Amino acid sequence: MSETHPTFVLSPGPHLHTEESTSKIMWWVNGSLAPAALWGVFVFGINAAFVILASIAGAVLTEFVSQKALGRRPTLMDGSAVCTGLLLALTVNPNLPAWQAFLGSMFAIGLGKMIFGGLGFNLFNPALLGRAFLMATFPLNMTSGWATPRPWFGVPLDAVTTATPLAVLKEQGFEAAVKLVSSPVGLWNALALGFRPGSIGEVSLLLVAIGGAALLARRIITLAIPLSVLAGVALSTLHTGVPMLHLMSGGFWIGAFYMATDYVTSPSTTRAQIAFGLMIGLLTGMIRVYGGYPEGICYAILIANAMAPALDLWFRPKRTAIAGSPS
Amino acid sequence: MSETTERPPGALQLLFNGIVSENPVFRLALSLCPAVAVTTTVANGFILGVAVLAVQVLSSLTVAIARGVIHPRVRIPVYTIIIAVWVSAIDMTLAAFTPSLYAQVGLYIKLIVAFAIIISRLEVFASRQPLVPSFWDAVGMGLGFMIALMVIGALREVLGSGSFFGIVLFKTKPLLFFALPAGGFFSIALLMAFFNALERKLTGGTAKPAAGGHHG
Repeated sequence: MSETHPTFVLSPGPHLHTEESTSKIMWWVNGSLAPAALWGVFVFGINAAFVILASIAGAVLTEFVSQKALGRRPTLMDGSAVCTGLLLALTVNPNLPAWQAFLGSMFAIGLGKMIFGGLGFNLFNPALLGRAFLMATFPLNMTSGWATPRPWFGVPLDAVTTATPLAVLKEQGFEAAVKLVSSPVGLWNALALGFRPGSIGEVSLLLVAIGGAALLARRIITLAIPLSVLAGVALSTLHTGVPMLHLMSGGFWIGAFYMATDYVTSPSTTRAQIAFGLMIGLLTGMIRVYGGYPEGICYAILIANAMAPALDLWFRPKRTAIAGSPS
Repeated sequence: MSETTERPPGALQLLFNGIVSENPVFRLALSLCPAVAVTTTVANGFILGVAVLAVQVLSSLTVAIARGVIHPRVRIPVYTIIIAVWVSAIDMTLAAFTPSLYAQVGLYIKLIVAFAIIISRLEVFASRQPLVPSFWDAVGMGLGFMIALMVIGALREVLGSGSFFGIVLFKTKPLLFFALPAGGFFSIALLMAFFNALERKLTGGTAKPAAGGHHG
């Protein structure tokens, strides 16, 4: 990827040139996440901002230090470290102590990305590895004491903490989850607008969907993976009777649009991407319904990441060259 | 082991080989399964290390003495039986004298029979070398394994449980991750990378990276 050392021979011109570049794509992703992040800060209060900033700082610092230590050219401005830090922050509890978010993104970049060789070489989504690390290291802070959302406009945040709708759904059933979410703006409004307990960036489906739509419009991502993830979750939660609640909650939209579609850790042919997305969706539903955790998208994507290279092999595109012709 | 029958290396060289340049865990990547399973504390690593050291030395000596009468075709079953005899002896000894520690690592003491490091030393060293070099090789390998387990155990106990050899350092548990099995793999990988880097620095970049190990 470095321009100074071409690894292939160029044939004589003319050449087509695209304006697209890694850093441009990454900053588009970051920008499209910004509304959801800002909304998280608005709904949950100032600690959410500290978590986001600490997480981004941890990611950028770790990338800079390890690139310096390895004698590589620092590539901080390509936005990928910022993206990892931001994504990690959006998937954690707004009440998480900021230093834990910092540590999580250090792990994400250090052991999730740089140790594999940097951008483009990592097998697993770094932000989700960071989240899995935080889940294993600080289980209490990650799964309990969720911040109560600002109730509609005006009324200040109180200190009471609560559980997420999916956790309540798992432990107490549908009615209790509806009761938790639906005051005071109504169930579906609360899920769409984000006046409900949850991770910083996941609460407003509307803003995540707008960000995802921006990426789709820019053709940074395609619909294959997000749609098949959605279908997978719908299929595997249909028998519970409340597939809509499963589809409209959790960090699953961020996962489907931003994490499952990560170029580096997802397969590249469309058929492989559909298989990949279905796998993520089915695993997510299975973990949510039968597993130990209320939310399964994180582990589902990590498991599917491990399968991505194999999926690319199994779903190879048909060769269009004539057999025996020089390639 | 290229220099097999010519001139056996000296005791110091064999000890250094086992502890540093061919450390069973960090360099040969053998017996990683117990290295992950028991190293949540230094004490557990120590007791398993002592058991492995004893079994390795006794088995190597037995094979070095008996190598003339072991038919090459049946050598692996014979080695296994020899190891099993010594493991049973050590197992009963530890159960009798350190019952509290044995309660925690007892299962892995029995599993020493299947540790790849022990049979591989019998196969590549003790079956081809006289008694004295075989003894030093076994001591070096056993100490290397024990030191590796204790280093991993120290890292995981300090980071994961906030204590060292059972002495509480921090009131809280700093990074629970390292006490979990996943943290064990990460600890070993990080230490292995550290020792590779150290060796590369010491030998001026000529050292081969750690040999890819196999099961065990």
